Amino acid sequence: MSDAQPIETRSTQPGGNQTPRILEVRTKILKKNDEIARAMRAEFAAAGVVVVNLVSSPGTGKTAFLKETLTRLVERRIQVAAVVGDLETDYDAQRLAASGAPVRQIMTHGLCHLEADMVQAHLEGWDLAALRYLFIENVGNLVCPTSWDLGESLRVALLSVTEGEDKPLKYPGLFNTADVAVITKIDLAEACDFDRDLLRANIEAVRPGIPVFETSVKTGTGIDQWMTHLFSRRGRQVR
Amino acid sequence: MHELSIAANLVELASQHAAEHGGARVAAITLRIGSLSSVHADALRFSFDLVREGTPLEEAELRIVAVPVTVWCDACQTERELPGIQRFACPVCDAPTADIRAGRELDLESIELAEAALP
Repeated sequence: MSDAQPIETRSTQPGGNQTPRILEVRTKILKKNDEIARAMRAEFAAAGVVVVNLVSSPGTGKTAFLKETLTRLVERRIQVAAVVGDLETDYDAQRLAASGAPVRQIMTHGLCHLEADMVQAHLEGWDLAALRYLFIENVGNLVCPTSWDLGESLRVALLSVTEGEDKPLKYPGLFNTADVAVITKIDLAEACDFDRDLLRANIEAVRPGIPVFETSVKTGTGIDQWMTHLFSRRGRQVR
Repeated sequence: MHELSIAANLVELASQHAAEHGGARVAAITLRIGSLSSVHADALRFSFDLVREGTPLEEAELRIVAVPVTVWCDACQTERELPGIQRFACPVCDAPTADIRAGRELDLESIELAEAALP
């Protein structure tokens, strides 16, 4: 929607200046966030950095999945950094830093999602042009992060085999805005009677055509395929 | 409860518009909320009541227009409204589609000012 100048209409009731005025503003409520995100996206594109926003419930294994991804990138000497959002504590940043990548913790102190300005503030001092990938691990939540654009080029929705095959149908808002779906803890599939076909059908129902990766950080299943997909996503700048 | 952040953004945005038009009190605002926006209308109303205190929206009526999801069906070559958000396929021919034309709205549509500014 364009942020056109508001059109002012005056009701036809008599009474001159006492009549109510309707301002047709037609503006996105999260305009402020969207504007920051748009500026960040332009900056990321100019720097040639691919920005990945990871979203899932608490306990899906975002941090373990990201740590594995960071570790593999660092091993290949690919420049990568991460910011991680949590309500409290910097435990996740500490875990992720073991990968060798620079990591910053965003503490939201109760807020259930990350907003663009929080991410922006935590990028200060980093040379984006030197990075090939930047990961944003969102606060564990399947609803609230949906509405907040963080300037990312790729939104990844994760869910574990222990969460139930109907999760995409329960949270279609998030899955529908995702570019990639990652199923985690696939090594536990048998233990929890995981119905692979049902989950894949449910993901496909709410987001037709989305690439899906079945992974386990513990056994390494599917991580190569995920990395290959990641490598196919390049920043726009040719270096 | 991200509705609280959304309500705060909403009140700030509407207050700005009201200020630009003479600082009048706001009688009503109309929102368009898509069924894919992940926003719950009741939670938004509750949050709105909390954050509008002491603002030009203190007594404003909150009108919410729910927007269903509309997709483009390539097979039928037309837009179709979906009955729900659990299945993104044409309700007529059943072809899957990810081409969403409406339903993500989280928009402030209009503001009704309680009184006009002096000329």
